[in-house]
Amino acid sequence: MSDIVEESVKVPVDDFASDWDHTDPQWVNDPYPIWEDLRERCPVAHTDRYGGGWFPTTHEMVSSIANDTEHFTSRMVVVVHNKYPPNFIPAPIGGAPPITSDPPFHSIARRVILPAFAPGPVNALEPQIRALCNKHLDHMVGREFVDGGTDYAQFIPPGVIASMLGFPSEDEEIFRDIVHLVLDLIDLPSEVRGPLFQPMSEYFGKQIDDHIENPRDDLTSYLLNVEVAGQKLERQHVAGTMVLILVAGIDTTWSAIGSAIWHLARHPDDLARLVNEPDLMPVAVEEFLRFYAPVTMARLVAEDYEFYGCAMKKDDWVLLGFPAANRDPNAFEDADKFIIDRAANRHAAFGLGIHRCVGSNLARLELRVAIEQFIKRFPKFELVDGDTVTWAPGQVRGPRHLPLRILS
Amino acid sequence: MKVRIDPEICQGQGRCFSIAPGIFDFDDLGSGVVIGDGTLTNDTIELARLAQSNCPEHAIFIEE
Ligand code: HEM
Ligand code: SF4
Repeated sequence: MSDIVEESVKVPVDDFASDWDHTDPQWVNDPYPIWEDLRERCPVAHTDRYGGGWFPTTHEMVSSIANDTEHFTSRMVVVVHNKYPPNFIPAPIGGAPPITSDPPFHSIARRVILPAFAPGPVNALEPQIRALCNKHLDHMVGREFVDGGTDYAQFIPPGVIASMLGFPSEDEEIFRDIVHLVLDLIDLPSEVRGPLFQPMSEYFGKQIDDHIENPRDDLTSYLLNVEVAGQKLERQHVAGTMVLILVAGIDTTWSAIGSAIWHLARHPDDLARLVNEPDLMPVAVEEFLRFYAPVTMARLVAEDYEFYGCAMKKDDWVLLGFPAANRDPNAFEDADKFIIDRAANRHAAFGLGIHRCVGSNLARLELRVAIEQFIKRFPKFELVDGDTVTWAPGQVRGPRHLPLRILS
Repeated sequence: MKVRIDPEICQGQGRCFSIAPGIFDFDDLGSGVVIGDGTLTNDTIELARLAQSNCPEHAIFIEE
């Protein structure tokens, strides 16, 4: 999957207000000034790209869209060029329930997976996550230069998810390819993108067959056996939910860990405070999540609808910017400042309303433990001068290459 | 003073029981619930308010 063309030729954006593109290099490298400008000028930006779409920039608008499932459907949540690919499964179930589901089916699919991600079972994973972090840190000690992304952050979430789903941990590389395909390669024409999904379906099919033959105590066997109103879930539903958990659980948390390390590399004062005041961690984690929220979602407009004076048309995209909402000065005091001990923090990094992240307990635990272990090993580090940090394009944002110099 | 969570609004954001585990707990689905009848004392009111100011869904209510 990795040998395909990654860069398609496209027209650079001149004005994001009338022609936004979240894969434009300017946005990918530093979206915050763009959002701030749009919030003051528009505050809803428009584009004709991707078949047409809107980008609201205030917390109030993002919240009202997330809570309005009647006018905004979740049948597609990642902006791509082709709104209805050939294998498209329509709402209310969608291809990856519950994230692609609308009410009333949504709550059924959501309740199925909630117990697995409740605080009890998730907190039990802490020793395993700490051991995983230490394993990767062991490979890094003694070196002056390390990469916070490719040596560390990218390994933590796949390891955790593989063990929850009961997939072989040596398949991690395959998981990252899947995530890359679903979330990063969104700009490919649909004729190129479509066939790339075949190996992924085959992989999940193989795992499901293996679990039917050899049931075990993991999330895959649970999904295959759980009954809703006396019926087992359809195979397609199980496969869709597995893809969702894999995709939603990997890139997101990997990005959050990377962004936190990126911040600490550039703010020695915050790094020193966390090293000296470990009790601050849970509060700091929330500010990392607010300030560097990695996840932007999307909706499709369900029917022609007038929203804050914008004439939205059925099937227009709406880019649902939870990260932009988190920087809205009307919702947060000193919204543009990272305040490591911010006391009141109603951030929307995990979304708002019925689709609110199911995995937040796990994400918070992974983020906290990954940072705790990293700064315990490396209490002082900085960015490498002249080397470039690269950012994931698209709707999940975080550093991919994060070159660091370890200071003694 | 009493604190309550509106279960219709709560999405299990989990902030309340992390900040104030003596006042809030969670159920099997990870939703927030109030421990006991939610009566607050002078010692617990501040913590309840802090939890309230961290609930993204505005699901926590403190009433006379
Ligand atoms: C820092 C890490 C994470 C962030 C920022 C994040 C963010 C989000 C956001 C914003 C949504 C809302 C989607 C929408 O409104 O359409 C969401 C949904 C979801 N997330 Fe996460 N997520 C993270 C980690 C995880 C993890 C680790 C898992 C599980 C392994 C997970 C599983 C899910 C699921 C299943 C949904 C769909 C819920 C539904 O539709 O009802 N997430 N996430
Ligand atoms: S913080 Fe709010 S949304 Fe979260 S569990 Fe508590 S009451 Fe529910």
